[in-house]
Amino acid sequence: MSANLSVAAYIGATILFILSLGGLSNPETSRRGNLYGIVGMTLAVLATVFGPRVTLAGIPWIVGAMVVGGSIGLYAAKKVQMTQMPELVALMHSLVGLAACLVGFASYIDTSIVFSGAEKAIHELEIYVGIYIGAVTFSGSIIAFGKLSGKIGGKPMLLPARHWLNLAGALIVIYCAYAFVQAETMSAGMALLLVMTLIGLLFGIHMVMAIGGADMPVVVSMLNSYSGWAAAATGFMLSNDLLIVVGALVGSSGAILSYIMCRAMNRNFISVIAGGFGTGGGTVVKQADGEPAGEVTAISAPETAELLREARNVIIVPGYGMAVAQAQHTVYEITQLLREKGVNVRFGIHPVAGRMPGHMNVLLAEAKVPYDIVMEMDELNEDFPATDVSIVIGANDIVNPAAEDDPASPIAGMPVLQVWKAKTSIVMKRSMASGYAGVDNPLFYKENNRMLFGDAKKMLDEVLAALKA
Amino acid sequence: MPLTIGVPRETFPGEKRVATVPDVVEKLIKLGFAVAVESGAGDGANFADDTYRAAGAEIVADAASLWSKADIVFKVRAPSTAEAGLVKQGGALIGFVWPAQNPELMQQLAARGATVLAIDALPRMLSRAQKMDALTSQAGVAGYRAVIEAANAFGRFFAGQITAAGKVPPAKVFIAGAGVAGLAAIGTAAGLGAIVRANDTRAEVADQVKSLGGEFVKVDYAEEGGGGGGYAKVMSEGFQQAQREMYAKQARDVDIIITTALIPGKPAPKLITAEMVQSMRAGSVIVDMAAEQGGNCELTEPGQAVVKHGVTIVGYTDLPSRLAKQASTLYATNLLRLTEELCKAQKEKGDGTIDVNMDDDAIRGLTVIKDGSITWPAPAPKLPAAAPAAAKPAAPPPAAKGHGHGAGAPMAGSALAMLFGGGAILFWLVGAFAPASFLSHFTVFVLACFVGYMVVWNVTPALHTPLMSVTNAISSIIAIGALVQIAPPLAGVAEGRPSGWILGLAVLALALTAINMFGGFAVTRRMLAMFRK
Repeated sequence: MSANLSVAAYIGATILFILSLGGLSNPETSRRGNLYGIVGMTLAVLATVFGPRVTLAGIPWIVGAMVVGGSIGLYAAKKVQMTQMPELVALMHSLVGLAACLVGFASYIDTSIVFSGAEKAIHELEIYVGIYIGAVTFSGSIIAFGKLSGKIGGKPMLLPARHWLNLAGALIVIYCAYAFVQAETMSAGMALLLVMTLIGLLFGIHMVMAIGGADMPVVVSMLNSYSGWAAAATGFMLSNDLLIVVGALVGSSGAILSYIMCRAMNRNFISVIAGGFGTGGGTVVKQADGEPAGEVTAISAPETAELLREARNVIIVPGYGMAVAQAQHTVYEITQLLREKGVNVRFGIHPVAGRMPGHMNVLLAEAKVPYDIVMEMDELNEDFPATDVSIVIGANDIVNPAAEDDPASPIAGMPVLQVWKAKTSIVMKRSMASGYAGVDNPLFYKENNRMLFGDAKKMLDEVLAALKA
Repeated sequence: MPLTIGVPRETFPGEKRVATVPDVVEKLIKLGFAVAVESGAGDGANFADDTYRAAGAEIVADAASLWSKADIVFKVRAPSTAEAGLVKQGGALIGFVWPAQNPELMQQLAARGATVLAIDALPRMLSRAQKMDALTSQAGVAGYRAVIEAANAFGRFFAGQITAAGKVPPAKVFIAGAGVAGLAAIGTAAGLGAIVRANDTRAEVADQVKSLGGEFVKVDYAEEGGGGGGYAKVMSEGFQQAQREMYAKQARDVDIIITTALIPGKPAPKLITAEMVQSMRAGSVIVDMAAEQGGNCELTEPGQAVVKHGVTIVGYTDLPSRLAKQASTLYATNLLRLTEELCKAQKEKGDGTIDVNMDDDAIRGLTVIKDGSITWPAPAPKLPAAAPAAAKPAAPPPAAKGHGHGAGAPMAGSALAMLFGGGAILFWLVGAFAPASFLSHFTVFVLACFVGYMVVWNVTPALHTPLMSVTNAISSIIAIGALVQIAPPLAGVAEGRPSGWILGLAVLALALTAINMFGGFAVTRRMLAMFRK
């Protein structure tokens, strides 16, 4: 295949990737979007393999690596539980980051590419930046994976003087970059490169460790963005336009997603991208003063069933607790039962419910809940006053009225689902512990609120049984 | 030793309510108490002695033996002088007491060494006290009943109809005062199909009025009428003038007026003058819910329904009692919640003892006599009367949104200028120093960023996860980078090229990205297959 032909194939692949992302904007076209992505990727890989830059000697290696990696990937994709999606995605991001690092190092030690003057400096900077982003993405994603799968505690770890640490790290990285470009020999350059990689890894760890579990949706999409930038940097390094374009597509789409998430949580986008969550003095961990004193009213599963049976409008607000308890199927059975009885059941999804953007939608889709009764916060918030029963399943901060009422609250100004405006709200929760943001929830003490304590799955099963009876 | 809760028959003339109902008796027994009910106590509210007996209560034949038996007495109305004399030495009494209006009763109860919890003295602004708020529950019942009384006295339908027998216009109802009773009345009247208007000196209730289907009529005069604790205050002369004009206008227009305006510790404000009554159409109805405090209408005769100038003026003072079963059930639940509060300190759950904890704001407020010494009025609760308007700016209304995330608000001009300025400097730097080859890549890069932004901005939140997993899969395009390193065509320049190392690194990178590539697309496919209508 000639060089021109492979460039033409790259253009085709680029178009397919853009169509793929565009297709994902709507459930109707999403499956086709995924298909475009697969076709685009196949085209790009084939065009490269049969293009001028790969000789026949490489084919066995390529096939071997693809088969090994591909089968692991397919196996993982098949086995993963829908509730574990965030972990899987985070883990996959780390692979892209690691690959970017490896390609960067390989490119550096490759003596067959010779530049001079400004081109050399730029090429070396590209390598440097590519490895750095790759390292941050890799270690950050690994930590995110640990946090999401519960292997590392969800609480934010805040080192003293962490901003100074970050600043010092950044200065060292910049100095190394300068020294690296000046470096005479490869071994001197390699040492600097390794120092920088180490700092990049530490920075990634530190950045994600400082972020609380509830902010994970932002982190995951941010890492997604980083993995795109890593690919783009690699593209600059190898002078490959396809890599640049696709990397930039992924990078900017990830950044947009994070921005959307941040807006949903009323957080500053810049401080997130820079990895400094809660810059304004640890907003994430501060306990609200003056706990909303009060008594909660508990309710039993049969009483809940009774309320549901008499309701005409029901809104269900799922949160991470539903994912943990794997309760989505029971939720759907209850929904089905109520809908057959003519109850208008809808789902209200907060943009940051769960641990990944759109996490709840995926779980509900897995349980076969039709997507046209799954609503966004803005579509639904005005309907709460006309709702008889709102059920909150394992969510806390996203239904916290303090966000609207209490300007001193750490989550003040974050848009929330106004479940308390329903005639009765029922909160399913294991205990009275506060959410990830560490803020007490005045909702629990509201007069029209009832608490259904216990494991979400078990309690919903009981409600279902009572409804069937 | 478990205490006995006694529920006597209410002795106030015409009072049909009862302080506890069979359902609640069961729950009180679960808390460890014995419950004694005077024979016939529930008759007025349609709760027969047998239903109490079935719930586990003991039925006591006469009042005297009930009072002597009961350690704690649940009442609705304040005890009469005779009843106060029956209170057990050192016993407890819970019910409406109105300590401000009944100083003699207070002295008498204190002399018996009793502990008295006046449900009317509850600090209402404590949010956890709401479940015990009998004033609210009874006012809600009264508001409902007021509309029913009005409908009863009114000669027409509430809802407008067009029938074969002609067109029926809807009734117009005006409700003065949108407190609990007023709001209940608004909801009830709107539910019957009437056109409902309401007014209150507290502007913040306008939303509540609207939420119940009423229309809020403003007084054309700027003054805020919140007097703290959810009550209204006396307004200035200028305001009152404007208010009178508004009422006069409404009186000429509407069919039914329901007044609920009360100011704590003062006679009810006279809102509806005799002339206004005269100006109303014949057959109109006024229900004056403030009749007990003198009435909001000049012509009200407390306790009676009278017809003056062709307008029926209902001044019943026993509206909750006219819905005795409902009012009793709600009241009994209020008292149950209060009892649960008193039982919090029980060493053993359900041992049937109470603890009047004076450190608890709610209990402190309720307790007007503690072991024979008068503790009324209570100091203001520690919780401030809630910073009112302060909360408002914290929650700006979210921008109107269409599909996906909408266009978002346009950026402020200055921010946009800064962004463009920064971009211009960056581009100038790149153009001035970077070599040509870099520049072409850079062009592609910047344009691709914009394409990504445009494409992703409209994604529905439901698809965020699949989108992320597909972009993740697409980011394995980095495989291209590994591919070109595995076995490039070496044109003889590769002296000392560590090909082994490069090959190893590249193959490893390729394997890693292959995991991502195949796994990412497969898992996206799996997810998307689940989305269905």
